[in-house]
Amino acid sequence: MATFFGEVVVAPSRAGVDDEELAEEAREETPEDREIRRELEKKREIDVLWTLKSGACTEGSADEPFAYSEFIVAIGHNAAAFLSSFILDSVCWEVVGVVKLWNEWCRTSHTTNVLPTDSFCLFYRLISDPTVLLCQCSCYVAEDQQFQWLEKVFGRMRKEGLQVTILSTCPVADYKTQESTLTLPSPFLKALKTKEFKEQVCCPLLEQPNIARDLPAA
Amino acid sequence: MFVSCDHGGGSASSDFKGFTLLMPAVSVGNVGQLAIDLVISTLDMTKVGYFYTDCLVPMVGNNPYATAEENSVELSINAEVYSLPSKKLVVLQIRSPFIKNKYRPFCQTLLSWVKSSKCARVVLLSSSHAYQRDDEQLLGTPLRYLLTPDLEKTVGGLMQDLNWKEMEKVAAYPGINDTEKVLHIPGGGITKLLFTESCSKGIQMAVLLKFCSEGDNIPDAFALVNYLNEWLQLIKSEVNASSQWKIPSSWRLLFGNGLPPALF
Repeated sequence: MATFFGEVVVAPSRAGVDDEELAEEAREETPEDREIRRELEKKREIDVLWTLKSGACTEGSADEPFAYSEFIVAIGHNAAAFLSSFILDSVCWEVVGVVKLWNEWCRTSHTTNVLPTDSFCLFYRLISDPTVLLCQCSCYVAEDQQFQWLEKVFGRMRKEGLQVTILSTCPVADYKTQESTLTLPSPFLKALKTKEFKEQVCCPLLEQPNIARDLPAA
Repeated sequence: MFVSCDHGGGSASSDFKGFTLLMPAVSVGNVGQLAIDLVISTLDMTKVGYFYTDCLVPMVGNNPYATAEENSVELSINAEVYSLPSKKLVVLQIRSPFIKNKYRPFCQTLLSWVKSSKCARVVLLSSSHAYQRDDEQLLGTPLRYLLTPDLEKTVGGLMQDLNWKEMEKVAAYPGINDTEKVLHIPGGGITKLLFTESCSKGIQMAVLLKFCSEGDNIPDAFALVNYLNEWLQLIKSEVNASSQWKIPSSWRLLFGNGLPPALF
């Protein structure tokens, strides 16, 4: 790749595996390297804390799986704000869980009394119907943490009888369509659903070649 | 890692004993993946399962091979397996890059799945940076092949008849010592790792790759899939070979949306 100043720059490869990374891996890992890697992995670990009925916090793994009928997950600031504005309030909903994580883009707040501008990931339960669970995730969950988030959150839930709804937003500019996105009436809704979802979807399905990414995709 | 779809076909749909596994390496120009898309789309292959893995970046969309309203609503994720029992062919498609430091565990899990599902051989479609060719490689065909020793015994002769060119090794220490040669596949992603691991594990693997650069890689995909077809004869190769392959609907708008009329 030539640049204005005449130097040759190596183009980033879509292969996803840099040759330097490969060479690095080929070298023997010293105990210090192993220690550094372990510390980094620990720092990037996700902790999911659920409050028990009694009000105490626990990382509970040996407990019985929760049986929920509805799980609504709002990912991103817009979706989280939607829930805050239209659904959540302190009278009908109680906080039942929190996710603590750190990555280069954000660190989650440690309190449950959060401001809309904070990065947080909280779980709420409807007091009048404790089988309805809501999650507001306004923090960015990095690529390597998405699987962990998934396993630790869904790992504590019974899958039978559970309906999951994921709310998220994407820039209109990312939407691929025959016409220009300037002429599209925005905002607009699109959906993806599994074949097990039998109910009516309230909006058109997402057409190819558009895809969903990151935590909503995971 | 492999999760079967279980369309009522039961274990029959995930019995790959004696099958050829065709898969891409995520590599320069995504040529292997594009070629695999052409194979799945043209042969109208059935999805039989997917890989549940934390090694690839997550993504999800609707059916990329949809031909009509009815078949467009099936969800599709980053690593899926398709099969065509009549040709004893099973195809893995990978749709996203590896998460940092996860490509090695993926390769190991993949190769142990290959062994446990008793696939007869693996054909890996890949590509390599065109700008790293040496003077000799700049001339002639940009397509190359590699065979593990176990597969060399059975199909080595066929490659000679097809007049195919084996991927050249390069000097390990260029300029200093030209005698020690190593395999070098720049831009090939996990190609070299999978190949060397297959050699040591006794897996029959062939690598088919094309030298190319990033850009509009659709012609490269056609070249690679026609190269594959010379050997595996997946479709009848006629005079105008390229028109035999069916382009999937997901290849629309690869280079962006329509233009706003206000621009003019």
